[in-house]
Amino acid sequence: MAALSIRSLSKRYANLEVLKGIDLDIESGEFTVLVGPSGCGKSTLLNIVAGLDRASDGTIEIGGRNVNDVLPKDRDIAMVFQSYALYPSMTVRQNITFGMECRHVPKAEQEKAVANVAKLLQIEPLLGRKPAQLSGGQRQRVAMGRALVRDPLLFLFDEPLSNLDAKLRVEMRMEIKRLHQRIGATIVYVTHDQIEAMTMATRIAVMHQGRVQQFADPDTVYRYPANLFVARFMGSPPMNTMPARLEADSSGPVVVIGAGRPDEVRLHLQGYDAAASYIGREVVLGIRPECIAEGERVFSAAAGPPVIVTAPVELVEPTGAETIVLLRLGGEPAQARISPDIRPTPGTSAAFALDTRRICLFDPETERLIA
Amino acid sequence: MRDRSFAPTRILTYLVATLFAAAYLAPLLVVVLNSLRTNEEIAQSSMIGWPQHMAWGNYALAWSGFCVAETCAGIRPYMLNSALITIPATIFSTLLGAVAGYAVSLWRFRGDVWIYGIVTLGLFLPQQMRLLPWTIVLRDIGLINTLSGLVLIHTIQGLSFTVLFCRNYYVAIPHELIRAARIDGAGFFRIFWRIILPLSGPILLVTVIWQFTHIWNEFLYGVTFTPGQQQPVTAALIALSAAVADIPQHGVQSAAVIIAALPTLLIYLFGGKYFVRGLTAGAVK
Repeated sequence: MAALSIRSLSKRYANLEVLKGIDLDIESGEFTVLVGPSGCGKSTLLNIVAGLDRASDGTIEIGGRNVNDVLPKDRDIAMVFQSYALYPSMTVRQNITFGMECRHVPKAEQEKAVANVAKLLQIEPLLGRKPAQLSGGQRQRVAMGRALVRDPLLFLFDEPLSNLDAKLRVEMRMEIKRLHQRIGATIVYVTHDQIEAMTMATRIAVMHQGRVQQFADPDTVYRYPANLFVARFMGSPPMNTMPARLEADSSGPVVVIGAGRPDEVRLHLQGYDAAASYIGREVVLGIRPECIAEGERVFSAAAGPPVIVTAPVELVEPTGAETIVLLRLGGEPAQARISPDIRPTPGTSAAFALDTRRICLFDPETERLIA
Repeated sequence: MRDRSFAPTRILTYLVATLFAAAYLAPLLVVVLNSLRTNEEIAQSSMIGWPQHMAWGNYALAWSGFCVAETCAGIRPYMLNSALITIPATIFSTLLGAVAGYAVSLWRFRGDVWIYGIVTLGLFLPQQMRLLPWTIVLRDIGLINTLSGLVLIHTIQGLSFTVLFCRNYYVAIPHELIRAARIDGAGFFRIFWRIILPLSGPILLVTVIWQFTHIWNEFLYGVTFTPGQQQPVTAALIALSAAVADIPQHGVQSAAVIIAALPTLLIYLFGGKYFVRGLTAGAVK
């Protein structure tokens, strides 16, 4: 069953169109992450789903029911906010029961529900405290408890981790994911952090300029970004993109970076049949930093002889877990992720292994993925 | 290290501050001293002088014995009138101001900015200009010459201030709080009562102090819209001086003035620090 369907939804403020024809179908039990840079419309979309904001056009169905004209409280949703939005004058217990109180749930039932949620989130010792007496992580838990106690069809999370420090954010990220696996809830989660999207989502909707650029599972979004925006937004460091030319020789298509230069790089491609019509034309080549590694790296035993390129090294950034190298491929800058213990000297040239199976080709005009 | 030396600028600062304080306090001092002097004593020397012996009787006389406008009950009944006007008007204007301030700050609706602008415009209209319109309104609704009429006037005119104060305080409350409560199923008044009002302590104290002081001290409407026995104490004080025009009774008059000023003085003494704190209190965490 589709837990949430959004049909050609748009939102205009005076002359500004913030959402332009959004279509999304979210299945029950899915963890969908709406990700995009600030101003892409993701929070507006979430607020419209919650009923806190009205759409200019289009329909929203929650659990098969059209909710366009249904009040937020009657949409069978619960929401967790960026600032947690805990009621300052109420205790944690009152914060959690406030919604049930508004819905006139009997006291005994309220007690039981609070006890369950408090146990699930391990916040029992906090029930008597006020929000001001809680740490950031505890507030976050209480905010989730307030949502969980409702047991809704749909959970909405609006950047819930962005107010936490880096360490706690990673912890809470795992905790939310674990919670999703345990209770199987349907979640729509908004974030600008692509790592959160990759780690938690079962499906990611990448948004930009009021449109959904791609809606797919994390692996597909990462491996086959629908366009250059997605390619450059997802991943850290982002995918290297550079102008190139697609040619062909006896063994098949060849993509050439810096064609005509003395240091031009020629890479043979296999299985890129979809790109056949681009032979002899300019394309944009995309290659993830982890697909450029030190010369000794073997990407896959089945991949045949490795593709080795000698390239000038401009900058070396050791991060501990790996070394990021800024190099030039046919004159175009690119980042590589190599083993942490290898530190090429800037200003010299070094050999790099390329995983050419994972190259992406984009149309330079439409910026869409070709193959 | 703080500079503890008496630099010339520091001396000058204290000098100027002392002069200002003296200028402000001198009238109060004169009235307090005269309230403790007998009539003969004042008549023999001047309005300015130290009491020879404490004439506490002035206070008793001013409170319940002195004759104002042919009734010899002192200013006690007029103090009661003032209380009957000030207390309800303060409560009504503060509560209405809080609800209205909450509505214009946290519930955006079409024309909210205009409504807020028009309400606060009342701050800039001179009192005299509103006298005639109020006369017509009170006459038409049958509240002229009543205490209720004054309660109505002060409640409505007070809204300009109370809405301004409350709105500016509530603007700092995060909107997500309202959104969360709406999803929880709370409506306009439940959110106000359960979430906003418990956060409003400091600003309600400020508006109560402000409203109480202003309504208690108000004179023009009091003297215009109420006849003899219904007058607030500010108006009665004038009647009192008129009554004693032939034989000046400065001692009793001074005592009456002190008694009339006592409620606002006490409010200032007990609530003054909260007033200053509340006005500067910003965000609600």
